[in-house]
Amino acid sequence: MIAFSLNGREVEVEAPPAERLSEVLRERLGMVGTKVGCDAGDCGACTVLLDGASVCACLTPVAQAEGRKVTTVEGNTPTLARLRAAFLAHGAAQCGICTPGMLMSAAELLEETPKPTADKVEAALGGVLCRCTGYRSIIAAVVSAGQEALAPTVADGVGASVQRLDGAAKVAGDSFGADAWPSGALVVKAVRSPHPHAGFEFGDLDAYRARPGVAAVFTAADIPGRNAFSVIPPFADQPAIAASPARFRGECVALVAFDAGAEPDLAGFPITWTPLPALALPAEAEVGALLHPNRPGNLLIEGRVIKGDAAAALAASAHVVEGGMTTGFVEHAYIEPEAGAAWMEGETLVIRACTQAPGMDREDTAAILGLPMERVRIIPSAVGGGFGSKLDISLQPLIGLVTLKTGRPSRMIYSRHESMTSTTKRHPAEMRGRIGCDASGRITGIEFEGRFNTGAYSSWGPTVANRVPVHVSGPYFTPAITARARAIHTHGPVSGAFRGFGVPQGALWQETLYDRLADKAGLDRLEFRILNALRDGDASATGQVLRATGIHDCLTALRPHWTRALAEAKGQPGRGVGVASCWYGCGNTALPNPSTIRIGLSPKGEVVLHQGATDIGQGSNTVIAQIAAEALGLPLAAFRLIGPDTGLTPDAGKTSASRQTYVSGRAAKAAAEKLRGELLRRANAGEGATLALEGAELVVRDRGTTTRIDLAALPPDAHGHSVTTEASYDPPTTALDANGQGAPYAVYGYGAQMVELEVDRALGTVKLLKITAAHDLGRAINPMLARGQIEGGIAQGIGLALMEEYLPGRTENLHDYLIPTFGDVPPIESLLIEVPDPEGPYGAKGLGEHVLIPTAPAILNAIRHATGAEITRVPALPHRVLEALEGRDD
Amino acid sequence: MKSGSAVLDYSRPKSLDEALRTLAGGDWRVLAGGTDLYPVAGPRLAGPVLDVTAIPGFSGLSGDQDLRIGAATTWTDIANANLPEAARALQQAARQIGGRQVQNAGTIGGNLCNASPAADGVPPLLALGAEVELVSAAGTRRLGLQDFLLGPRRTALRTGEILAAIVVPGSGLRGRSAFVKLGARSHLVISIAMVAARLAVDGDRVTEAAIAVGAASPVAVRLPQVEAALVGARVAEAALRVTSADVVASLAPIDDVRATAAYRRAAVAELVRRAVSEALA
Repeated sequence: MIAFSLNGREVEVEAPPAERLSEVLRERLGMVGTKVGCDAGDCGACTVLLDGASVCACLTPVAQAEGRKVTTVEGNTPTLARLRAAFLAHGAAQCGICTPGMLMSAAELLEETPKPTADKVEAALGGVLCRCTGYRSIIAAVVSAGQEALAPTVADGVGASVQRLDGAAKVAGDSFGADAWPSGALVVKAVRSPHPHAGFEFGDLDAYRARPGVAAVFTAADIPGRNAFSVIPPFADQPAIAASPARFRGECVALVAFDAGAEPDLAGFPITWTPLPALALPAEAEVGALLHPNRPGNLLIEGRVIKGDAAAALAASAHVVEGGMTTGFVEHAYIEPEAGAAWMEGETLVIRACTQAPGMDREDTAAILGLPMERVRIIPSAVGGGFGSKLDISLQPLIGLVTLKTGRPSRMIYSRHESMTSTTKRHPAEMRGRIGCDASGRITGIEFEGRFNTGAYSSWGPTVANRVPVHVSGPYFTPAITARARAIHTHGPVSGAFRGFGVPQGALWQETLYDRLADKAGLDRLEFRILNALRDGDASATGQVLRATGIHDCLTALRPHWTRALAEAKGQPGRGVGVASCWYGCGNTALPNPSTIRIGLSPKGEVVLHQGATDIGQGSNTVIAQIAAEALGLPLAAFRLIGPDTGLTPDAGKTSASRQTYVSGRAAKAAAEKLRGELLRRANAGEGATLALEGAELVVRDRGTTTRIDLAALPPDAHGHSVTTEASYDPPTTALDANGQGAPYAVYGYGAQMVELEVDRALGTVKLLKITAAHDLGRAINPMLARGQIEGGIAQGIGLALMEEYLPGRTENLHDYLIPTFGDVPPIESLLIEVPDPEGPYGAKGLGEHVLIPTAPAILNAIRHATGAEITRVPALPHRVLEALEGRDD
Repeated sequence: MKSGSAVLDYSRPKSLDEALRTLAGGDWRVLAGGTDLYPVAGPRLAGPVLDVTAIPGFSGLSGDQDLRIGAATTWTDIANANLPEAARALQQAARQIGGRQVQNAGTIGGNLCNASPAADGVPPLLALGAEVELVSAAGTRRLGLQDFLLGPRRTALRTGEILAAIVVPGSGLRGRSAFVKLGARSHLVISIAMVAARLAVDGDRVTEAAIAVGAASPVAVRLPQVEAALVGARVAEAALRVTSADVVASLAPIDDVRATAAYRRAAVAELVRRAVSEALA
């Protein structure tokens, strides 16, 4: 027995003394507020206080807690209460997975330094990683927790910085994929390929099955349905469990289900590997053996956009620049590794897991398991970051298979290593091409060729190949363009969706070339962009006539900042200023992309919003409710949120492509307006009437007439509500023709960012000083959450530019794979530009991906401005910057 | 589950004698802060484990002429201690090893026994001329730190022996020091390279120089040629006496995911200059 004080309560626990304190808290004491992100002390998510000092619970043997005081996020100290309120007020919790660790670290700091400065906070919290916020809001929250308490905002509806509606859970230790499971659930472990390409044979599986603690073993042979999936069904090629050969390192080839309480140890699993030649690079793969026999040249797909005669335009141009850009695999590195649980409810297989796409999970899992859709229910847990990778199924069919076959509940938690090796990555890109302009600096034409390493299976490769040519002009008027992007299979990790679907890679190419072109044309780099910015009525590269084009406003908003920054940098060795733009079409590319939202009034007088859009930290739980509240004319306080849950919410589509505020927001607006119309009709009131809820009574006031509707007296409908409405919205787009011409998106968002930095010329290190970000989001439904998206996207852009590169076999953890920490993200000034789009709800456009796109090229442009060094490969690690600098010196 | 066998797997002795008796009886893994053992442990830390954190005298700093640091002293305790200026590099390193969580648990002895080429604690201790005190049932012996660290993940620790303390002789406590760490991000970063410089000055002349570099050779090393060039230099010109040729003469950097060998050679010379300047500032 080990005894200690836990949040002021004496506890005794029977556990092996070397067991991690995190495991004891979670598995033996049921205290799941402490999160586990890496089991290696790299992320700090599991931070708890031991006699007031922060430690990683994953590195602490429970024996060392004996007789001491352990404080976790479940604790209730005045300091924690102040911190929680400050985190909510500053939007410092997005997905919430790092929040317990942040809160505990901050609590340690505030106990020793009650009024810390921002620098103190940054230093003290530096041991906790966050992938969503960019840290600035966390610093602000902790500083403010040391000051006078803020009055909470009371504003409501569209345009108000409402605190997250799911925020209270986030600051208490929310319930993520690993945090809930039926008692007695089997523990599922995957056997994974240690090789990028290898044949394999199983030994005596029956003998292994007979081992004590082993409940079941499954292989590809046990899959009852179609053992091939893809997020884009016509490309379905990825097995849930691979049959020989395995096509990438980390691919699942077998499952073992262990009894609860047994040691889930895969040592001795009978499998023999025969490594096979592996194709690592697209250049090899284009002429190598085929990964998929029906895809010659290992070409998954080529996307193209051709408008006008680019070659002729370039030949006639006054100035032409030519150049290349290379990027690597980038890991999403959300702090929550994939996790979930499965169980049967009668004939229905229920899967609760972290996901961005419950509807797609349901379709794919049903197909793999050979079940009709009605027999699969997906309940998304809170999601500890997704950024695109949790669009693809991971463990859903695995635990689904175990539960379906055994009839017993099961659960699975990926290790950090497993999460990094087996899930999708950002596509590595090799890009080349030319851009020209006339003597006055107007862009004349672009030729672009991009090769994208799509890895072993299709995933979102087609989307990347289609999106890149559409966007690679940047938000500038381009009369002639020939742009091709090919997605090539290799034995690398599966490249899929990652915030921007290839557009950030393309922007690195085009925006660095535009700086060189502006120089050639003798124009200021910002003015060059303003001159060429798309305007209303311009046709895009795909021939789409644009409206509500906000890029000109974004760029001109940067003008005073640009002037100041250039003046400040002038004459300062190593100081540089860079700018880059973005545009991004919201929603699927030229494909249907509907959302449906249901809203009702309950007999108790609540507004019940059935909201199937997963909130992965970006804020859809709050923003969609704000839109519905505004349209309905009732306060947010009256709202109760249901879902997402495929059993309770209609399909709001996936959380991807910056579509939820726009698409699901439009559906929510329509559903709420329908409900309002229905209520007004029942009250016989006009459009100008006001609604109020008084208990179970709906009060409708219309020009001096008051009508009361007793909601409890109405017969409940199929949803248990007194009145329910539902509405769908699907963006009006057209298909792209063979030359990529058409209207692939109904709404585009725009932005531009300016980076100020200092390059250490002797070491090649880069210190960011400030980033100013102007983003046209149409209408800021919630300005605080919008700023949170901007800061978080910038942090990921910083990682892409300066430090992140996933190398299979070498950077499969969070200490060799570097993401930005506190101190790597400089102060950020966000300028919210509102050019309303007639298609968006209240004019709103998407924002979530846009914000990452300009950061990395703006950094490279600032490095070039500071030093003359042209970086053509990211990340710009110190040794690469120094090499580029030395190239200049020769 | 399995608590009976687990107890035999884990020992947390309350005295050094008990620890040595235990150690003599089997192949024990010594655990202090756990910050190096758990990350490579997989789902469970395999035993048997000897936890040294409850042994009296194994943690804390003491001494008048010499400085004695118990092997289980945490980085936070080192950072917060009132130490001579010669140990400033050690204290600067202490604040940059992992985050606060790791500094609160991780120990100086663990850092040495883990013997990573990138261990941030080693260059400052080499610059201090630190020795290690190794204890076994057979007695106590002292080794210079440079003789204790044999290679990546290899030390001179014998079976049945335990690192009890780090001892800095009074001669190593002269002068002032500085630690400069280079990595690709600001926190939680494994060093591309790091340098500790300790310099003693008389008037405007450097009288003593100890320069050590980590992560640019299999084991962190002192740079004798650089040290020789610095002795006798004017304070204002000392950093200029650091030549790249002298710096790289003692190094054997490799290419890895963090940087190239060529970069390390170039960067270390600059880091040495900066550390020298900071120590003299």
